[in-house]
Amino acid sequence: MEAKEKYKENQLTDLSKDTIDGEIATINFGPTHPSTHGIFQNVLQVDGEKIVSAEQTVGYIHRAFEKLAERRPYNQITPITDRLNYCSSPINNIGWEMTVEKLIGAEIPKRVQYMRVIIMELARIADHLICDSVVGVDAGALTSFFYPFTEREKIYELYEEICGARLTTNIGRIGGFERDFNETFHTKLKSFLKTFPPAFEEFNSMLERNRIFMDRTKGAGPISAERALNYSFTGPNLRAAGVDYDVRVAQPYSSYEDFDFIIPVGVNGDTYDRFMVRQEEIRQSMRIIQQAYSNLPEGSYKADLPEFFLPPKAEVYNQMEALIYHFKIVMGETHIPAGEVYHAVEGGNGELGYYLISDGGRNPYRLQFRRPCFIYYQAYPEMIKGMTISDAVLTLSSMNVIAGELDA
Amino acid sequence: MSAISNEQVLKRLNEFFEADILSNEEPFGLLTLEITPSKSYEIIEWLKNDTVLQCDFLTNIAAIHYPKDTNREMVVVYQLHSWRNNFRLRLKAFLPISNPSIATIVPIYNGANWMERESYDFFGVNFTGHPDLRRILNEDSMDYFPMRKEFHLEDETREDKDDRFFGRF
Repeated sequence: MEAKEKYKENQLTDLSKDTIDGEIATINFGPTHPSTHGIFQNVLQVDGEKIVSAEQTVGYIHRAFEKLAERRPYNQITPITDRLNYCSSPINNIGWEMTVEKLIGAEIPKRVQYMRVIIMELARIADHLICDSVVGVDAGALTSFFYPFTEREKIYELYEEICGARLTTNIGRIGGFERDFNETFHTKLKSFLKTFPPAFEEFNSMLERNRIFMDRTKGAGPISAERALNYSFTGPNLRAAGVDYDVRVAQPYSSYEDFDFIIPVGVNGDTYDRFMVRQEEIRQSMRIIQQAYSNLPEGSYKADLPEFFLPPKAEVYNQMEALIYHFKIVMGETHIPAGEVYHAVEGGNGELGYYLISDGGRNPYRLQFRRPCFIYYQAYPEMIKGMTISDAVLTLSSMNVIAGELDA
Repeated sequence: MSAISNEQVLKRLNEFFEADILSNEEPFGLLTLEITPSKSYEIIEWLKNDTVLQCDFLTNIAAIHYPKDTNREMVVVYQLHSWRNNFRLRLKAFLPISNPSIATIVPIYNGANWMERESYDFFGVNFTGHPDLRRILNEDSMDYFPMRKEFHLEDETREDKDDRFFGRF
């Protein structure tokens, strides 16, 4: 087949036979290897320490989210999105809510948009902190894993003040939030804004110019910009290869155009560049939070969409209209107009897209998640070819492949 | 916002593929074209290489099943994105369920490999020429395509739940 030949041509040339000096051994890397940070299997063909080829097996935690979504009312799909990239659930939740809002044409108050920006950037910080500290662990630096977890805990406490949950947050509602930021949140956020930057720089100083860390990560698992684009990379992994694409800037949503921040890019697309891009993004996220918080507009914390917000109990008992809405929401009978919409947000790992097709009923006709992990993980064998197994571990963790997002 | 408007994109495409663009619409500002399935490879390759449109990023591939549309039950949706001109483009190819075959675009975009495998896994779309068309998320021994609409989410033999009154299937 002609297409097959073309495909082979497009792949990087295989290591030729004469560069292999020993016997080829097959190693199962995963599915439950401690350094894979999730359930992935890689069947590696190794020649001594050198990886000759790799093949991934995915789908160990496939939960059929797209099928589940076809039977759920819109507000019950938000908890499903939690379980995609569970390191930054609020971004997934808010991205989904904005998709539905786009379809129903809801007008979202400025305050809600700013509140969302604050939460999404906190989630991005938490996501990148985990990724970067885990890169440290895989390079042998355990201390730098524990330091940022103190800060991540503070972010989770902030989530708790908003929605009561920590990891799978189900934050917000279609049209806004269930309640406004409370006093404790304001106190905790102010203290976080003050204490986080020095704590982060302390963590950064442990790794950024660390000789051992640099030796381990520089040149490990590189990918060129051209190959990354061919593999449909997005997010920090693409930016590490030197392409400055960011959904927040290219197609701003939720008032991102109001804020001043830069998109960091790398040069070599290797593990060190991916680490450095994420570190700089954390600083930029802090800038965005500071700007959004100091300019937080007055107004309502939710849009005027009674079909998506449970009315206060007192009204349910006394007013006909409130009772109807209460019943409709509880029974999941909120219908939205027919239509077809694609909405993308910049998730922790790249362009997180929701392709929603509604036929006018109580649940989507079809919902597809564009999951950045699933798409860029394809390039993994190409990136680790010719590297050692320890480089493969570092590459996997620096790509931030999250099992939940990979398998949906 | 985009540097090139949807009309200009459509005009440029019509210059080369007028016979193969069967219809167009713009839901929420995203230009959506229905194309002849047999020309999908050619159109996507042309879009990638065209110096004016520069539509050279594959965002995703999705399949949709419409069991009621006779002879065009299966839809393969390609979403492309031009970063330089900042516009998105959606291409739809309608296929009959009896033979849902369409040319693979893996030679153009390596990233399409798993996206196509996913559409095969869940909908049974046969991407001809795909280098490795196997199931990806489901078990290899599975003998049906679970996202097709004839497979209901819940066991239909259950008698303890009666959702008829709520218009649910």
